[in-house]
Amino acid sequence: MSGGDGVETIEFRVAVREAIAAEMERDPAVVFFGEDVAAAGGVFAVTPGLRKRFGERVFDTPISELALAAGAFGAAVTGLRPVLEIMFADFLPLAMDSLVNQAAKYWYVSGEQAPCPLVVRSAMGAGGNFGAMHSQTPVPWLQGVPGLKVVAPATAGDAYALLRAAIRDDNPVAFLEHKRLYSVVDPVSEVETLPLGEAAVVREGGDVTLVSVSKGVRDCLRAAAELAERGIDCEVVDMRSLRPLDTATVLRSVAKTNRVVVVEEGPLIGGWAANLLGILTAEGLHDLDDAWTITCPETPIPYSPTLEDAFLPDPARIAAEVTTRLGLARAPAG
Amino acid sequence: MADARDLYRRMRLIRTFEDTVQSQFQQGNVHGTTHLYSGQEASGVGVCSMLRDGDKVAGTYRGHGHALALGVSPQKLMDELLGRASGACGGRAGSMNVVDVEHGLIGCFGIVGGSIGAATGAALTQKLRGTGAVAVAFFGDGTANQAYFHECLNWAQVERLPVVFVCENNLYMEFTPIEAVTAGAIAARPMAMGIPTQKVDGNDVFAVREAAGEAIDHARSGRGPAFLETLTYRFVGHSRSDPGRYRKPGELDAWKGRDPLVLARRALAEHWGVEPERLDEIDAEVAGELEEVVARGLAAPFPDPAAGGREFA
Repeated sequence: MSGGDGVETIEFRVAVREAIAAEMERDPAVVFFGEDVAAAGGVFAVTPGLRKRFGERVFDTPISELALAAGAFGAAVTGLRPVLEIMFADFLPLAMDSLVNQAAKYWYVSGEQAPCPLVVRSAMGAGGNFGAMHSQTPVPWLQGVPGLKVVAPATAGDAYALLRAAIRDDNPVAFLEHKRLYSVVDPVSEVETLPLGEAAVVREGGDVTLVSVSKGVRDCLRAAAELAERGIDCEVVDMRSLRPLDTATVLRSVAKTNRVVVVEEGPLIGGWAANLLGILTAEGLHDLDDAWTITCPETPIPYSPTLEDAFLPDPARIAAEVTTRLGLARAPAG
Repeated sequence: MADARDLYRRMRLIRTFEDTVQSQFQQGNVHGTTHLYSGQEASGVGVCSMLRDGDKVAGTYRGHGHALALGVSPQKLMDELLGRASGACGGRAGSMNVVDVEHGLIGCFGIVGGSIGAATGAALTQKLRGTGAVAVAFFGDGTANQAYFHECLNWAQVERLPVVFVCENNLYMEFTPIEAVTAGAIAARPMAMGIPTQKVDGNDVFAVREAAGEAIDHARSGRGPAFLETLTYRFVGHSRSDPGRYRKPGELDAWKGRDPLVLARRALAEHWGVEPERLDEIDAEVAGELEEVVARGLAAPFPDPAAGGREFA
């Protein structure tokens, strides 16, 4: 695909597919499996054609999330590099014993005898009226598990480069794809891989730092564009990974802007935004004039469009809160 | 391990090792908790004696026997339980989570059913790579009621994975009689999925070997998983804090009459003409070996917290 300005572009779901294909081409140890991923190509149409290209290295499975996660674990510690799709991130609790108690602990508890290189891809996030059990972001369940890496790309280009890096990584990686991003089209990645655990400053500014991950980064960038029209100069940091957590990049940004808001699609209690804010205040209090979070209400995710729209952070809310916190709420526009 | 006396020695090693662990626990040198394999030795030794280099094994939290049956060093295992840097996992694993990649022990799993999942995944590797190796999952009767059991048996059968599921039925799910919490027969479950299934006297190491040989051959041939139920009994409580008051009167004594070591002694005398004195010598050698193991283990340094450890590979 090509944009009007000649920049080569790619759809997010295609970028994920091409990343899997590229790593399968590169390394015969990579295998890919999950429910409806092979013959049908996945419920979000992410993986059509891979079965044809790679034969029995791509296969469909029963609806048995615990067995699939354990299968990926057992395969990973005996020489394969499995990529497993858990269709909706809401189904991850079914797989958690293997992910948390087997895969995440293997390297350390074995006395560093063998790594556990596996990737669990999963579709997460709200905004599609899927209801409470098909819309969650699983980060609070995963982020507190040492040994597990958690990655959530914001753009198609990053999805490609981060997924290739995740497949090459020697640790279990949860790779979280926001459902509302599958159809976005972005410039292709200029690099083959991006390092896991490194955040990126995706917009530079001097007044306030907006921090998010996945779809939240795009919301922050839209809010920043709106705020620029009001004379507020936002810096936007895309965390890209939530474990390891690149606090250094955020602290550098905060040292410049002295204000930070962390935007999370999820609850405040037990969420990554509040955790990051805690680290920032512990390590960078001297740089902070203001620090807060924008998160979701402490309820399950509602279904009705009016309820769900109100539930989720969006660019308008981010822009409004930044304007208020900076004491500019009543300033005339422009 | 074709020599019948080697089977006896391996079982004696496990029994003496477990007795030593119990004693060291009572002296405060082994920490946390332990789940001993005493009484079940013929199951692990019989199955592992039929494996080849390259085969993979997943054991349980009652896994000292699985590890020793596979050939893991008693010194490294004891050092691990004593929490020493020289342990199989540098003192990070303890009793329930031992890994020894070199000996094909992909892990012992502290949570019921984990071994089934791990072996199923290991079998996936063997199938996709065409190695000709098999994976073995050891687990207890209580595991028949876990999701791992149902999900993995089904998946392994539809994918024709080279895995042998070994259910060590010691009659009790922790403190509860297995029949009180299990509908129907355990062996009926794999049979319903079309998995070749055998029930065998789990205290007779020779019977276990024969049945395991058939199950392993089936898995290695590419025809899919096999299931083996070894009927056995643990001579000790579920864990170190369990005196076993739930046992039926006379039950323990009856099973002690069928001690796998007693049965093996009898068979060695009857079929191989091995004199009891030869076996007494083995017992004494093993006892001496364990005394040295403990002495060395207690003298070994603890891991240095300052040395830390890396979260990621």
